Amino acid sequence: MAKQRNDYENSWFPRLQRWIAQGGTKLNDQMTAELSEASDAHRVLSADDMARREVEQAVHQMEIQEHEAVLYEKAHEWGRTKGAKLIRAFYAVLAVALCVSVIAVLLTTVSNLPSFGGENNPINNEVSQRYIEKGLQETGAVNIVAGMILDYRAFDTLGESHVLFIAACAVMILLRLSDSGDPRQLSRERMEAEANDRLYEPKNDIILQRVAGMLVPIIMLFGIYVLFNGHLGPGGGFSGGAVIGAGLILYLNAYGFLATERFFTIRTFRAVSFIALAFYALAKSYSFFCGANHLNSGIGLGTPGDIFSSGLILYLNIAVGMVVACTMYAFYTLFRKGDM
Amino acid sequence: MELLNIMLLVFILVCAVSVSLTKDLLTSLIIFMSQSLAMAVIWILLESPDLAITEAAVGAGVTSLLMFVTLKKIHAIKEDPKDGETKE
Repeated sequence: MAKQRNDYENSWFPRLQRWIAQGGTKLNDQMTAELSEASDAHRVLSADDMARREVEQAVHQMEIQEHEAVLYEKAHEWGRTKGAKLIRAFYAVLAVALCVSVIAVLLTTVSNLPSFGGENNPINNEVSQRYIEKGLQETGAVNIVAGMILDYRAFDTLGESHVLFIAACAVMILLRLSDSGDPRQLSRERMEAEANDRLYEPKNDIILQRVAGMLVPIIMLFGIYVLFNGHLGPGGGFSGGAVIGAGLILYLNAYGFLATERFFTIRTFRAVSFIALAFYALAKSYSFFCGANHLNSGIGLGTPGDIFSSGLILYLNIAVGMVVACTMYAFYTLFRKGDM
Repeated sequence: MELLNIMLLVFILVCAVSVSLTKDLLTSLIIFMSQSLAMAVIWILLESPDLAITEAAVGAGVTSLLMFVTLKKIHAIKEDPKDGETKE
């Protein structure tokens, strides 16, 4: 409760001004005088006075708070009673109107689309004709879709894999918990997250473990099959990668983080994603810069129907699959405990 | 085949509506999973098995798993009090 001094008046600049105005004399005297004056004024206040002042100030504060509470009530009374109803009704009407208008727009668009499988549809042009007629010769892929997305339109697929990678990075930025600095010790946040992670789950669920023990190898094999047969049959990088990622998640759920951390940590994620994306970009960027027009990869097209055929498509499929599998698994672990 | 297609489409419609009408988040999530699974079967009937694989793995699998984890994080999954009683 000291007497508040005007700090600006006592700072060096006004003093300098005063000193100059007085012809540069007696600055020290003036300073000591001011200081002693202030301390005198302070000393005048006795303990009783101080106490009284404190009580007065507390009472004053309470009055202000009560006043504010009354004002708050007044200001928000409308919003709590009539306004709430009004706003809720407004929202309901608005939501229904939005839904109806979106449905109307979509239905009119669909009704104006060309008929399914019509002969004169705009999709029946020279591009698709070329893909169907010469796709097998030019790309060597029996699956025309794989030939399209990984050879003719490989640029789009590179962008898609990057979208996944960026999504994983964004989730990591948002959800990854901070390190404690010491690699042997977990930070407090992480320990809490792991405790929270185990809240509803029984550890070592025997049913889940037995089922996972049977299913995970089959799922992994199927994922690898889909990945390696992307150019021969239905499937490809994204589907195979998603299946492998789902298998990894099942394994994690059954056996816990200690089991998966033996072979998959954040360093694995970084390395695999980086190598796969960099391989894809390096393998195809030359042809992107040259107008995406036919590049001899040095790998022969081979016999259509063999696994090692169709040039780069197999390897690009594997790269995409690795990125997708890592991303799926990373999403899951980051959501669960904020770390891999 | 036509009948199966129509049945699956109706099933998807019913699921999609009931997802938004169900109060319990866990229940609506399981309905959402089954809707995705029916969608995967429809993709096979439409002769695009690659989409079916992706739909089954991503739509029914990973997406729902992520939502389960989110529900657990926001404590929307309630522990059943009967769980403890049946244990012996």
